[in-house]
Amino acid sequence: MKRNQVIVALVGIIFVLFPLVVKSDYYQHLVILALMWVVIGGSWNLLAGYTGQVSFGHAVFFGTGAYTAGILANKLAISAWWGMAFGGFIAALVGLFIGWVCFRLRGPYFALATIAAGEIFRLIATNWESLTEGMLGIMILQTFRSKLPYYYVALALAASSIWVFDLVMKSKWGFYFVSIREDQDAAESLGINATLYKNISLLISSFFTGMAGAFYMNYMAFIDPEVVFSLHYISIMAILVGIIGGVATIWGPAVGAFIMIGVQETFRSALFGLAPSWVSQSHVLVFGLLVIFVILFMANGVVGDWPKIKRLFLRSR
Amino acid sequence: MGVGAVSFFEVKDISKNFGGLMAVNGVSFEVEQGEIFGLIGPNGSGKTTIFNLINQYFPLTSGDILFKGKSVKGMKTYQICHLGIGRTFQVVKPLKRMTVLENVMASAFCRVNSFRESKNLAMETLEFCNLLHEKDKSAASLPIAGRKRLEITRAMATKPELLLLDETAAGLNPGELDEAIELIQRIRDRGVTVIIVEHIMKVIMTISNRIHAINYGQTIAEGSPEEVANNKEVIEAYLGEESYA
Ligand SMILES: Nc1ncnc2c1ncn2[C@@H]1O[C@H](COP(=O)(O)OP(=O)(O)O)[C@@H](O)[C@H]1O
Ligand SMILES: [Mg+2]
Repeated sequence: MKRNQVIVALVGIIFVLFPLVVKSDYYQHLVILALMWVVIGGSWNLLAGYTGQVSFGHAVFFGTGAYTAGILANKLAISAWWGMAFGGFIAALVGLFIGWVCFRLRGPYFALATIAAGEIFRLIATNWESLTEGMLGIMILQTFRSKLPYYYVALALAASSIWVFDLVMKSKWGFYFVSIREDQDAAESLGINATLYKNISLLISSFFTGMAGAFYMNYMAFIDPEVVFSLHYISIMAILVGIIGGVATIWGPAVGAFIMIGVQETFRSALFGLAPSWVSQSHVLVFGLLVIFVILFMANGVVGDWPKIKRLFLRSR
Repeated sequence: MGVGAVSFFEVKDISKNFGGLMAVNGVSFEVEQGEIFGLIGPNGSGKTTIFNLINQYFPLTSGDILFKGKSVKGMKTYQICHLGIGRTFQVVKPLKRMTVLENVMASAFCRVNSFRESKNLAMETLEFCNLLHEKDKSAASLPIAGRKRLEITRAMATKPELLLLDETAAGLNPGELDEAIELIQRIRDRGVTVIIVEHIMKVIMTISNRIHAINYGQTIAEGSPEEVANNKEVIEAYLGEESYA
């Protein structure tokens, strides 16, 4: 117990000091994105990993958060930072609506509905031009030139999300989420209102994902429907972050976020310019191979299978 | 029971129709507080279905079920548990990727809200049910006897007034069987009323105060263990089953 707390404190200090030591905008940018993915991956994990309600459409919540912040800034001239609170709130409302419709039914309805919702929201954002500027996207003025403020906001968001998820998972809610995942009939017979607690899990998950989306709006200062409502850049990426780091672990998605951003960037930049440019087109393929590898050899992800990985390295020495 | 007193638990002319098959057909019985009430019948006679009707896993086709005078008709399964009716499953349903302790804590949260209270209640219940030594094992790793006991422990952690036990002695060896009988008696001694469905005659005959026998979803006998054991229809139902097997 004690040892873990020391490790967490050390990791925390490293992250606080990182941008003061590493001045490169490029590396700061990558870590900011990774921190944002810590939030999204953790949110996905709360719902899918712990509660067993797999979402293929977390882009719905990410995009809703991003557009909420963007529209507030664009139409009402309200600072997009306010959008972080509102973005989370509106994304959670969208989540509740989907949950209210789907969670009364068992089976794959929720998973299917999340895919459909992602596409519907992308189409709405594309076609409701008077509100969303359509395909042109929304551009706002960045509040800061330096990356530092964004870095610390992302760090605070990531840290608070991990803190909240950890707190939830040690509470009655966490026990209920896992019970529902393991056996809904048993859970109901033990007094657990499965529909209610699935919705609570979805509410927390969509809230944090919406906050991450609103942060993205602030940080990138530009969004369009194809990016923030994207199936493969957002929804699939959220799943990958969760699976590769390790579902149903608190630290898994955090580790997964850094691995995935690393992999994505390595290929996007065609092995940092060393490889021919077609390599940059292949990152989706690499994502696919990575998932196959993880499922075959580390079904519990990096964090879940850490003892196994450690043994492997110790033995080979 | 005095005049005007409501009975503790009452099943009134209940039926369940599964697309033409009457799995339960007009069954009625009353259970008194503090007794062990046995429900017997050959395989497929409708015992598990009666439990599923009591905790509203299935809606009733007709009839009514009253717990302390209050109808449970239309309530949700999780509400039945809060009301004070716990159950175990014949086909055990351990929460596999949780430890034994976590399984019991999840159900203890039915009565308490904090982690600490839930852990206390769970530990206490594990000790009462003689499962404390297994608390850190994963539920999936338990052998069948352990899983059956976990079912009972989990149900007990919800602090039921009425406990429905569905074949909790099936698949146990003679030693485990005696332990199970002893546990059920201690549960009754705690003041919990028990309805027990059991195939093994030894168990049901030794611990039941009264027995209700059904066949093809219909009542064939009710009375003391001796009365039911000597009932002609009961003997026929069971003989028929044995010659079948
Ligand atoms: N969900 C269901 N759908 C259809 N038929 C069922 C269902 N559950 C039980 N039955 C049928 O109801 C009858 C009684 O089953 P059950 O209550 O499980 O018997 P017992 O517990 O006495 O062995 C059986 O014929 C069984 O096939
Ligand atoms: Mg049965």
